Amino acid sequence: MKARVTVTLKTGILDPQGKAIEGALKSLGVDGVASVRQGKVFDIELSGSDKAKAEATLKAAADKLLANTVIENYRVEVLS
Amino acid sequence: MKSAVIVFPGINRERDMARALRLASGQQPAMVWHAETSLPKGTDLVVVPGGFSYGDYLRCGAIAARAPVMDAVRDFAGDGGLVLGVCNGFQILCEAGLLPGALMRNAQLKFVCRDVHLRVERSDSPFTRGYNAGQVIRVPIAHGEGNYEADDDTLKRLEGEGRVLYRYCSKEGVVDAPSNINGAAHSIAGIVNERGNVLGMMPHPENHVEDIMGCTDGRGLFAGLAAHLERAA
Repeated sequence: MKARVTVTLKTGILDPQGKAIEGALKSLGVDGVASVRQGKVFDIELSGSDKAKAEATLKAAADKLLANTVIENYRVEVLS
Repeated sequence: MKSAVIVFPGINRERDMARALRLASGQQPAMVWHAETSLPKGTDLVVVPGGFSYGDYLRCGAIAARAPVMDAVRDFAGDGGLVLGVCNGFQILCEAGLLPGALMRNAQLKFVCRDVHLRVERSDSPFTRGYNAGQVIRVPIAHGEGNYEADDDTLKRLEGEGRVLYRYCSKEGVVDAPSNINGAAHSIAGIVNERGNVLGMMPHPENHVEDIMGCTDGRGLFAGLAAHLERAA
């Protein structure tokens, strides 16, 4: 099974990288960008075919390692 | 002072740290590999040194914080043992949940390597008793992710409980925006846990302990620890 974990910064956490990207987009002339916040995407291959079990595994992975829940939120998706 | 320096792959300040500890106490610290599951018997100070553990992959300190030896460090801290984390060590202690908050990318997005001034906020901690409260010391920093952030409640608690031990300041000891080298909340350079036995700090006091280094302002931290542990023994 293919799965994806998306990790983003919590609202209110300062994101200097996002700000720099936002500035770069503006200086490139990409119009209409109001703000940018950056994050991480993990594409994960899972063995087995139980979707509920897969989601539990992904949640455990995110809580234990992939995200720092002090500053980050995460979302898990089983893709196929 | 029987100290133990934890060594992770990618750490590069462990020998500087060991030298500073030996100079302060006359005793050679034990070097403890990350795969160990226990600390040497009689250890009274654990130091997590600086560097780039696991290449800073995922998040600075994230992988090291989950290494086998960290369970032993957590138990040691739980028993009231003194733990010092410097630079990457501070990041590792935050990731391990031993200290609150997190260290984010420097506000100016640059790796900064230079001397800074720190104001010692209190002198009644094992980590600051070698200094006077309000004293300004000069120590080097070398980090790209030292911008301390925590939620408002945590910051309020840190301040209310006097747990900020070191703060970035000007040469004269004034805490202001220009001297806040990485944009840290409240100019925080070093904090302790609730019990006061775990300190994390971004600057490197171990690199200002000998005359040949051009400054010895970092000595007080190690001398203070040695004096504290000698008295406790």
